[in-house]
Amino acid sequence: MFGRHSDLPLAGDATSRFLPWLVALMVFLAAMAVSGAFAVDEVMSRWDHDVSGTVTVQVLPAGGDRAEAATEDRVRQAVDLMRLVPGVLAVRAMDKARTLALLEPWLGGTDVVRDLPLPRLIDVTIDPDARIDLAEIADRLSRTVPGASLDDHRVWLSRLVNLSRTMEWLAIVVVGLIGLVTSATVVYATRTGMAVHHDIIEVLHLIGAHDDYIARQFADRAFVLGLGGGLFGLAMAVPALSALGWAARRLEGGFLPSIGMPIAGYVVLGLLPVLAAGLAMLTARLTVHGALARMP
Amino acid sequence: MRHRPRGENIIRFDSVGLRYGLGPEVLRDVTFALPSGSFHFLTGPSGAGKSSLLRLMYLGLRPTRGRVVLFDRDIATTRRYELPALRRRIGVVFQEFRLLDHLTALDNVALPLRVRGVRESEIRKHVPELLSWVGLADQLGAKPSTLSGGQKQRVAIARAVIGRPDLLLADEPTGNVDDHIAMRLMYLFEELNKLGTTIVVATHNESLVSRFSHNPRLHLEHGQVTRVN
Repeated sequence: MFGRHSDLPLAGDATSRFLPWLVALMVFLAAMAVSGAFAVDEVMSRWDHDVSGTVTVQVLPAGGDRAEAATEDRVRQAVDLMRLVPGVLAVRAMDKARTLALLEPWLGGTDVVRDLPLPRLIDVTIDPDARIDLAEIADRLSRTVPGASLDDHRVWLSRLVNLSRTMEWLAIVVVGLIGLVTSATVVYATRTGMAVHHDIIEVLHLIGAHDDYIARQFADRAFVLGLGGGLFGLAMAVPALSALGWAARRLEGGFLPSIGMPIAGYVVLGLLPVLAAGLAMLTARLTVHGALARMP
Repeated sequence: MRHRPRGENIIRFDSVGLRYGLGPEVLRDVTFALPSGSFHFLTGPSGAGKSSLLRLMYLGLRPTRGRVVLFDRDIATTRRYELPALRRRIGVVFQEFRLLDHLTALDNVALPLRVRGVRESEIRKHVPELLSWVGLADQLGAKPSTLSGGQKQRVAIARAVIGRPDLLLADEPTGNVDDHIAMRLMYLFEELNKLGTTIVVATHNESLVSRFSHNPRLHLEHGQVTRVN
């Protein structure tokens, strides 16, 4: 493609100077959007994988003189009840020390915290394929064990998953808009080039050049400019994404799963310059064909 | 080259009219036919419509009325994608040369071959030969901006004939060259004509027409063609 003969002096056009920069910016923005979508999807799927097979039972602390023992009693009852539920694979009560350790990042490790009447948590692992009526179990639990309630992660997780899907669609829309803007710019650049070189195009037309012979020359040029700009935009996006990833890893702190991107994400990122160049080439070709169709 | 048997009409105009936009008709009821292998001069005063008539003949314009038949194809009913094949059978020497300034003389002459997909080895063989024949052997790599008017005209003529066209249309081809070169170019046209190419030369040069008076003349006046001779 790059070694093909060109009769049109397109290399010296003013449009050749701004098109690569615009494509670079568009690929940079597309890389950001695509990476964001893949990263969010990855986080959500890890989160989903981590918690979709679990529910948590929360037991409020009992009051009175023997509060500690009464609370332990409630926890034991709840554990026994959950173990009898078909589809439950494991039930593990979290001791007070573990609960305090979880709260330490927020409340600190002082004696005051140790004396707080903290609710006790019970991790319940369930078979993801089992059909368990969690509402019925929650009802039975609250009736049987005072102060016990069932926390099903699926409700808030599904909201997070919805948020993730929305962000993915948003990224697709952003990439679509970027493609439209790139195409519109290539149309403008190509029409400008055709106006500048009208005399040459007419001579080629009159000596028997097919429309595609002329269109190919504009398309090849648009591909080269688009690829150059796209590679530059990707080169700019890599350090920006690395910096964002570094900042995100500092934020994780045990709350978020580790942020990363699947292989498919890296493949799509790597393809962005080629896709941008292909889009520029196709747009230029169609633009020239459209314009030449109006010649006699 | 697919020359037709001499005598068959290579081009025919029936009651052709042409106007630009909403202006007056520059050509009116033009009717003529050129036999294959003929050599015609197209004469007439300035503004008579010679260039417009040539543009219709090389498919640079569509008539606003009437019928143009070229190589047995009615242009009005010929599909657009078929027109390049017809244009490749026509060589044109434009009045203002219309050379591509960024290309060398060799590349300008090679253009009709390149649009046909002729191999570079063939181009490198035939184009220098033709440029030598028109006296430009030492100007193969020269850009048009460095050539004189006469040299540009010879490059334009070489570009028109390199594809051995069935029909050669020349608009004032000898306007910028001295008598010696003009005669040499006319002999080139006659050689091509002997090989079967139909030639139409639009010119103001009455002395040239007289020197080659054995060729018929199409005279254009007030937008209408009258055959002379």
